[in-house]
Amino acid sequence: MALPKAISIFRRTRELEGEIDEFMDNLAQAALAFKRAVSIFLAEGRSTEFDEKLAQVNDLESRSDYLRRGIERQLYSQTLIPESRGDVLGLLENLDSVLNNFEGTLWGFSIENPDIPEQYHDDYKALVEQATAAVEALVLASRAFFRNVEMVGDHMHKVIFYEKEADKVSTKLKRQIFDSDIDLAHKWHLRHFVELIDTIADVSEDVADRLAIYAIKRRF
Amino acid sequence: MDFATLFFLSSGLFLGWSLGANDAANVFGTAVGSRMIRFSTAALICSVFVILGAVMSGTGAAHTLGKLGAINALGGAFMAAFAAALSVYLMTKAGLPVSTPQAIVGAIIGWNLFSATETDSSTLTTILVTWVVCPVLAAIIAVLLYKSTVWFLRNANFHMIRLDAYTRAALILAGAFGAYSLGANNIANVMGVFVPSSPFSDLSVMGLANFSSVEQLFLLGGLAIAVGVITYSERVMITVGGGMLPLSPVAAWVVVMAHSIVLFLFASRGLQALLLSYDLPTIPLVPVSSSQAVVGAVLGIGLLQGGRAIRWRIVGSVSLGWVVTPLVAGIVCYIGLFFLQNVFGQEVYQ
Repeated sequence: MALPKAISIFRRTRELEGEIDEFMDNLAQAALAFKRAVSIFLAEGRSTEFDEKLAQVNDLESRSDYLRRGIERQLYSQTLIPESRGDVLGLLENLDSVLNNFEGTLWGFSIENPDIPEQYHDDYKALVEQATAAVEALVLASRAFFRNVEMVGDHMHKVIFYEKEADKVSTKLKRQIFDSDIDLAHKWHLRHFVELIDTIADVSEDVADRLAIYAIKRRF
Repeated sequence: MDFATLFFLSSGLFLGWSLGANDAANVFGTAVGSRMIRFSTAALICSVFVILGAVMSGTGAAHTLGKLGAINALGGAFMAAFAAALSVYLMTKAGLPVSTPQAIVGAIIGWNLFSATETDSSTLTTILVTWVVCPVLAAIIAVLLYKSTVWFLRNANFHMIRLDAYTRAALILAGAFGAYSLGANNIANVMGVFVPSSPFSDLSVMGLANFSSVEQLFLLGGLAIAVGVITYSERVMITVGGGMLPLSPVAAWVVVMAHSIVLFLFASRGLQALLLSYDLPTIPLVPVSSSQAVVGAVLGIGLLQGGRAIRWRIVGSVSLGWVVTPLVAGIVCYIGLFFLQNVFGQEVYQ
């Protein structure tokens, strides 16, 4: 009787590992879909293709919420990883907030339909590029936290690097916007979207900072 | 078995109970304290394997104690075990470091002095050297085991969740091995002094297996340890687990393994026979302190990590325990034997 119980423990373990991996996959996919959605919006405005990408990010966010709740429930109900479960809980919730930012920003584009002059398109794209690169590095760092804690640092510094780059692009872009002749309300609207995208990189850096501490605690 | 015999054995059973209550925490304390394993699981495994270790491999270390002083009257054995238990209790109350093997050896020497039996100096030297070697060896084993385990885990790259499952399984196996070693090595502390005057006679189970008087004695001692584990070790385990919280689960596993290997080395007749067959120097079979083995193993890992977290006062207190405990137990035993013989008119030696 002890053996089937042991086998079922290892089966549950594999399932839980799969769920954590899927959560990470969803975040990485949301970053790609977000990048594509902004690019579509800049090219064609609020099109059907843009709506499809928004729906994709929505689905990924909902599925990730469901996964996160399931993982957290299992960690606590089965007393798994008692030393680290608080940290894992914190990490998953923080990563989820990055996903929420992707979703919220795309809803912003959809609802407010900002009029972005063409001369700023490249800088918006560059900003999205840096912010999503920060998230991708964060996903790699988070995966390493679960599988190979020594490697967390190797991805961490990239998150910090991309956040700094995003800051530079957003500062430059905001300066250009406010130096232009467009009316103040329009300037404020454009700045709002710069900040929404830049926040994704900022949140990624905050999560990475916490992850660094979790990783120190997880050393053998 | 008459009431008087049971009364005389009671001091050994009490010693067994206190050993179970305290030392089970060295085997399962971190696992239970950190909630990796439920107390009921730990208590069950610990009880079963302590009894198995005591009955199957307990004779080696007990034989060495017998060479130090063969207490040949049940009254004397009662007083030796009682003096050891009383010394452990008094010194614990006074906040002094104490461990059972040191107390029982002191009590045996007290009996030797009282009965004018000569103490075998070579056996005594072996025992004393073993006490010092025990934590040092535990530290060395812990360092080697820790380094190799961490190397393996770094290369294996297990998922955190899977590592958790493996660590639980490893902690249960290490705990079972630790409980077996504890029973094998420390039953000598509990029942060793009763061996020469054992009230049991050999039993043959349906002509198939022989159940010697010593094995019956050790079974009784093992049961006393198991009762100690079940009734009183939970609180100690939670305290030890809390106290050792800075240790990671992997380091905790290493500590239990190093402790168990050391206790096993100093108790295994099979290993001794194997070494003899290859003409290699043998390891003396001596009851050693489970707690000091744990302190040694934790120190080993502490030194490996730079030594900043080590509380050197504990090291000093262990050394102090080697000297003070036998002295106190010896004096208590000598005085106790005097009273038992002259006031209660009991035979304490032949």
